[in-house]
Amino acid sequence: MSIHAPILAIAVPLLGGFAVPLLAKVHKGLRDLWALLVVLFVGACVGVVAVHVFTEGIWVYVLGGRHPQETLVSGGFPIRIMLVVDGMSAFMGIIAGFLALCAFPFALRLLPEEEGKSLALTLGLLLLAGILGMVYTGDLFNFFVFLEVTSIAACALIGFRTWSSRAPEAAFKTMLLYSLSGLFFLLGVAFLYGEYGALNLAYVAAQLRGSGVDRLALALFLAALLMKAAAAPVHFWAPDAYGEAPAAKTLLLVVNTQASLYGLWRVLFTLYGGLWDAGIGWLVVSLGLLTMVVAAFMALVQTDLGRLVAYGAVSQIGYMMLGVGVGLVTLAGRPDYGLVAVKGGVFHMLNDALTVGLLFLCVGAVEWAQGTRDLRELGGLGHGLPEVALCFLLASLALAGLPPLNGFASKILIYQGSFRLSPILAAIAVLASILLLAVYARAFQGVFLGSRVEVQNRVPAVFLLSMGALAVALVVVGLVPGFFLEGVVAPAAEALWHGRDLYLAAVLGG
Amino acid sequence: MTVVVRTVARVLFPVALAFGGYVIMHGHLTPGGGFQGGAVAASALALVLVAFSPARLKGKKGLFSALESLGGVAFVVLGFLGLGLTFFANVLAGAGGLFGQPVPAGPNPGELNTAGTLPLMNWAVGFKVLAGLGAVVLLFALFGGEDDR
Repeated sequence: MSIHAPILAIAVPLLGGFAVPLLAKVHKGLRDLWALLVVLFVGACVGVVAVHVFTEGIWVYVLGGRHPQETLVSGGFPIRIMLVVDGMSAFMGIIAGFLALCAFPFALRLLPEEEGKSLALTLGLLLLAGILGMVYTGDLFNFFVFLEVTSIAACALIGFRTWSSRAPEAAFKTMLLYSLSGLFFLLGVAFLYGEYGALNLAYVAAQLRGSGVDRLALALFLAALLMKAAAAPVHFWAPDAYGEAPAAKTLLLVVNTQASLYGLWRVLFTLYGGLWDAGIGWLVVSLGLLTMVVAAFMALVQTDLGRLVAYGAVSQIGYMMLGVGVGLVTLAGRPDYGLVAVKGGVFHMLNDALTVGLLFLCVGAVEWAQGTRDLRELGGLGHGLPEVALCFLLASLALAGLPPLNGFASKILIYQGSFRLSPILAAIAVLASILLLAVYARAFQGVFLGSRVEVQNRVPAVFLLSMGALAVALVVVGLVPGFFLEGVVAPAAEALWHGRDLYLAAVLGG
Repeated sequence: MTVVVRTVARVLFPVALAFGGYVIMHGHLTPGGGFQGGAVAASALALVLVAFSPARLKGKKGLFSALESLGGVAFVVLGFLGLGLTFFANVLAGAGGLFGQPVPAGPNPGELNTAGTLPLMNWAVGFKVLAGLGAVVLLFALFGGEDDR
């Protein structure tokens, strides 16, 4: 079975999602067990894929052929759908798998039966399948299909609390942006298909000439993916969306945003890597700076804990864009500091997933305990919920980039790399970090400090288990960053930095 | 609705359903397929809902939901059938059994019993779309009544 691991990681949650409503009719406990088993299986699959890719190189899996590695039909043309998993894809797979493992036990306890728990689990599994599809696929049209799968599942999860006034509004806003993003991407794919008659990413990348149509397609891809990755100035859907979805499902939304960012790296480094243009890199860098500063300032004025954390999450997107963007600017000369910046940006994706994930789980636990997320009503929870307070403190310090936590490890690489390109970039990034520290200090003070307040609803042990897993991961990554940097981040960053030829060769041969 | 609408609906309902089935059945030979056929069949359902009172179909929401899930599960399971070779590999094509006839060469009117798992996948998608769109239309028809999520 292990030779099919990449496709099983996508197909099993798809099957699992469709089967959830059926099992719910049989027995509710059976359904919960099934959802957990599916997520565990996905975790095992992404683990197997990652180990294989990190030790033996790119893993190509062709669907529907006689043999999984038979990429070309006669005439040297890749016609079948295929998955191409390189270091970067495998890295994203690990993030998605780990966050899903933390999110689902939490969700099983958090979601009330009468609010349509089965539907939320179905949507969650479909979202997971879509995310893994986006990061593993080696086909432009399939990337679009999975983009749409995640869009639909994510919007339904955001508007899940139909009876509240804000959730449908957030879902509508998100749906508008996601559909626009999907259509832009589709139009870009259509242009490339019209010009080269192929949808295979590696094949199109090898053929790309840099004509006007190619540039138009690149603009469409950039717009589509930046929109879905919540980069400023089209970040405004994200705080609503993150705030309104059920807390545990927000973790998947965070990974979904990162998967769009992954798509952007894939398009810029692999698809268009042959036609390098520093202007695109500068565009990514400047939008990244704008995102981190705008979101940090917006976070300062929030009074809703969910939206505050969400703005913090958006500002982290800016750091990833800055790190990888510096790499894009310097891609022609490939200096060492460019790779350092890319490593920082990629490493920050992992750290962002862990810390922001933990923060959203804390928000979920606080809302569960007190029934509100309003900072003006909360306070003094540190006495009753010391574990949640500790997790929140750890995650917010990590997000602000304080040593020895994981956020520091990746941000220092981003600072180093961007400083060599221009000291102003690093200065703005540090400034945004300081702002974020102020934001989270205020949030921590507002929620957990103050005179003792009676906790209305005990936080269940499984919440603490999910949060504990993320908190431990966060501390461990912070304490031994070198291990993770060499083990998982370096292969991913290298795959972007000079993995393009290997990627093309894995599909097209020779 | 008036007796004219109801009579026409009675006549058209089986015809539309049969046409939907035809489009699904011949998905691997002619334009159309699972999605299109399912949508046609769901339009038959919409016709009944408009012509008659939706209340009679109210209890069927659970059935639609189950049918939709079954369609999805069936599709993925058909993909798993190929795991001996690769996922989605068409193991039934040319195997001689169900939909397993070899495709004749040259101009021909189209051999129905070909294409292996493709027709089965069309049926799975067709049922999923029929049930999904049916449930949506039914919910719209019932909208305004009491909400039983």
